Amino acid sequence: MSRIRLNMRISIPSLAFVLAIAGGTFALAASSETDFKAAYAAAEATNREAGRLRNQWTVTEEALADAKKAADKGDFDHAVAAAKEAEALAKASIFQAASEKEAWKNLEIR
Amino acid sequence: MSSRYLIRLASAALALVALTLAAPAADMPDPAADAKAFRNFFVTKFPKVKLEDFVNGPYSMNEDMRRQWEEKEQFPPYEFSLDMGKEMFAKPFRNGKTYADCFPNQGIGIRQDYPYFDTKEGKVITLELALNRCREANGEPAFSYVKDEMAALTAYMAFTSRGRPFDIKIPDDPRALEAYQNGKRYFYTRRGQLNFSCATCHVQNPGERMRAEILAPALGILNAMPIYRSEWGGMGTISRRFTTCNSQIRGVPLEPQAEEYRDLEYYLSYVSNGLPIAGPGSRP
Repeated sequence: MSRIRLNMRISIPSLAFVLAIAGGTFALAASSETDFKAAYAAAEATNREAGRLRNQWTVTEEALADAKKAADKGDFDHAVAAAKEAEALAKASIFQAASEKEAWKNLEIR
Repeated sequence: MSSRYLIRLASAALALVALTLAAPAADMPDPAADAKAFRNFFVTKFPKVKLEDFVNGPYSMNEDMRRQWEEKEQFPPYEFSLDMGKEMFAKPFRNGKTYADCFPNQGIGIRQDYPYFDTKEGKVITLELALNRCREANGEPAFSYVKDEMAALTAYMAFTSRGRPFDIKIPDDPRALEAYQNGKRYFYTRRGQLNFSCATCHVQNPGERMRAEILAPALGILNAMPIYRSEWGGMGTISRRFTTCNSQIRGVPLEPQAEEYRDLEYYLSYVSNGLPIAGPGSRP
């Protein structure tokens, strides 16, 4: 009996811990419309900056369109993930434009 | 202070001044030297290809493709477009004027002089831009820059210049030199998610296959424009070529006839000076 009580004493806090982790994970996965709007606005702003540098990528536009489509269907998890991907791609295109300001000379025929 | 020390100090100062003066000169664009180096690069890389044959793009690089092309040229796929262009060129606008009124030598045999740098406007004027300006000046709507009517008109104008060497001039105007340099920068700048520049395909890998295609050398790459492209299932202009190149490397193309594209055309045409116009052409 005492052995059973001991097991219960261990298992109840463990269970609470597991539930807390699961709850936290669940809270992270479930994105809201607000999350989507914030992620999409950030991606759009970054892509606009790439446009100002005349160096947008087609894949950024595709990821933005994918995010919008998912949001229209109410799939905000997918929408946020796609918007974040779009932002990362737009950042990469900005980085490319900045690094090529000088790097293009390395390819030049002299 | 010894005189020897003073001499050394003066020499060092002079060397510093000389270096300071020489530094900007090293960065100054030198189109003539560029064109010479550009041509030498391709001639050295492909010693068996005759200089004037570079204008035939992939057909100068691959014997099998060349034989197919020569057979195809007996009934060239651009012929319908060429006929249409000839007809359009002669047909008067609603005000009675024609394209011939907008161009030197009535527009015949002048393709090799385009693009040119207009010192009044301070910008590069391509043949496509000049054609649409001609239309608008005569109360006609502009054509799409990428295919159909524009391809037909430029096909006809190129045909009247066949065999004439590219003769692109850079006037003594710092803005012209800047446009040339901008075009060069665009040509060598990597872009798109694939991180390719124009030079990645057309300088580093001409003659190599990319999927089913044989990549064309950059030397003479615009001489056969516009082209009928099997991949497009129709004709395309230089604008179409530039925008689709950008899309293929997953870059968002600029608007046709954007300043960057006009400058790029200026650069690529200049470094192909002396090579004959071969348009309209056909490509796989």
